[in-house]
Amino acid sequence: MRDRLYRVEAIVLKRSDFGEADRLLTLYTPDLGKLRAIAKGARKPSSRKSGHVELFTHSALLIAKGRHLDIVTQADTLDAFLPLRENLERLGFAYYLAELVDQFIEEAAENSPVFDLLLHSLQWLGEDATAPALLARFFELRLMQYVGYRPQLFSCVHCGAPLEPVDNYFSADAGGVIDQKCVETQREKVAEHARDLQPISLNALKAMRYLQTREWVSVRALRLNAETHTEVETLMQRYIAHHLERNLKSVEFLRELRASVSAGRQA
Amino acid sequence: MDTTPRAVTRLIEEFHRLPGVGPKTAQRLTFYLLRAPKEQAQSLAEALVQLKDRIVTCSICTNIAEENPCAICRDESRDRSIVCVVEEPLDVLALERTREYHGLYHVLHGAISPVEGIGPEDLRIQELLNRIRRDASTKEIVLATNPNLEGEATAMYLERLIKPLGIKMTRLARGLPVGGDLEYADEVTLTRALEGRREV
Repeated sequence: MRDRLYRVEAIVLKRSDFGEADRLLTLYTPDLGKLRAIAKGARKPSSRKSGHVELFTHSALLIAKGRHLDIVTQADTLDAFLPLRENLERLGFAYYLAELVDQFIEEAAENSPVFDLLLHSLQWLGEDATAPALLARFFELRLMQYVGYRPQLFSCVHCGAPLEPVDNYFSADAGGVIDQKCVETQREKVAEHARDLQPISLNALKAMRYLQTREWVSVRALRLNAETHTEVETLMQRYIAHHLERNLKSVEFLRELRASVSAGRQA
Repeated sequence: MDTTPRAVTRLIEEFHRLPGVGPKTAQRLTFYLLRAPKEQAQSLAEALVQLKDRIVTCSICTNIAEENPCAICRDESRDRSIVCVVEEPLDVLALERTREYHGLYHVLHGAISPVEGIGPEDLRIQELLNRIRRDASTKEIVLATNPNLEGEATAMYLERLIKPLGIKMTRLARGLPVGGDLEYADEVTLTRALEGRREV
């Protein structure tokens, strides 16, 4: 049989127990997109693979085509993102990034910009200088762009005119920002295609534009005040929930972590 | 028309609900029992009923037990100053087999896993905290969650909650498995093994 084996580099997005001692992996690769494969015996302590196919590991894999599911035959770590694994907050954000990619990417859909984004983000997330929440916002806006849901932040999605530097409105339904004037003068017409109209402050709009257009080297130095950050976070979470039509589990976990940190400070 | 007696189809359906049992296996098991001596079926039925009737959760360690408190928590000869935190009841069995550990246990019944939607509030963490606060004899907590990401996340979470209480916390060593091969070890395992190296 020809081409029974193939070689990929991959990031482990998800894994679940399978059979007696095996693991079912959800892998994300630059060329083949998302795929699933079995790592045989990966739950045994003496397994040669288990550490190389741990969650969020970037690995080089040799995979054999199977009748139903493909089987990982060899695995070698390229980057284990060690700093991520030693900090609960950052780990929580890694879960979030991986869940976003898993939800937005279909199986076998090739999308190498998303792979690079995830790979770099996991590296940045482990750096001390990185504010994890800011990286999450950057990641959200970039991911939306690469999967074709880029929110329109520069001109009104209702009338097409460039936005005035004032507080405007945002609608996930309509796919971006709507002019204050349009909302005030044609509220009913606007409401037809923007059923989820929310105000967006000028500061939040500016922050989102910056996140959408600049590279991480510039974005990383951005210091948003808590109010603006919360506004951007809420808008993006609604935007994402609108497109996914479901809520993400890791968001709940991040919220719990935040609650436990503030509870710990009080105690 | 289905002429199979009702009692037979009912048992087939019950077996079929068990994990890993397909329709054919369910049929085979049912017909095996049909032909087996009555005592065997009786004994199986009793075992099933007892499983649900006799098993309780220990109010101290939350492990499954026949009595409350469980045999380990009642054992006066065990070291009460040390509590080993594990994910599952089976982990207690594994640690008991070593005969090296003589302290008490606490079973969390799972590990934090955001992907599966299992958060800290789904585990028996509050019971652990209450226990430490109530029982002043606890001097050390051994974190024996699995050496995977979920286990590490759970250990880090517990560390954050318990450290402020001023109790010594230790984590089971992570490193090279016995019978393993150095060249196949991943960098995380090797890093941990180096960190935890011992003078000989």
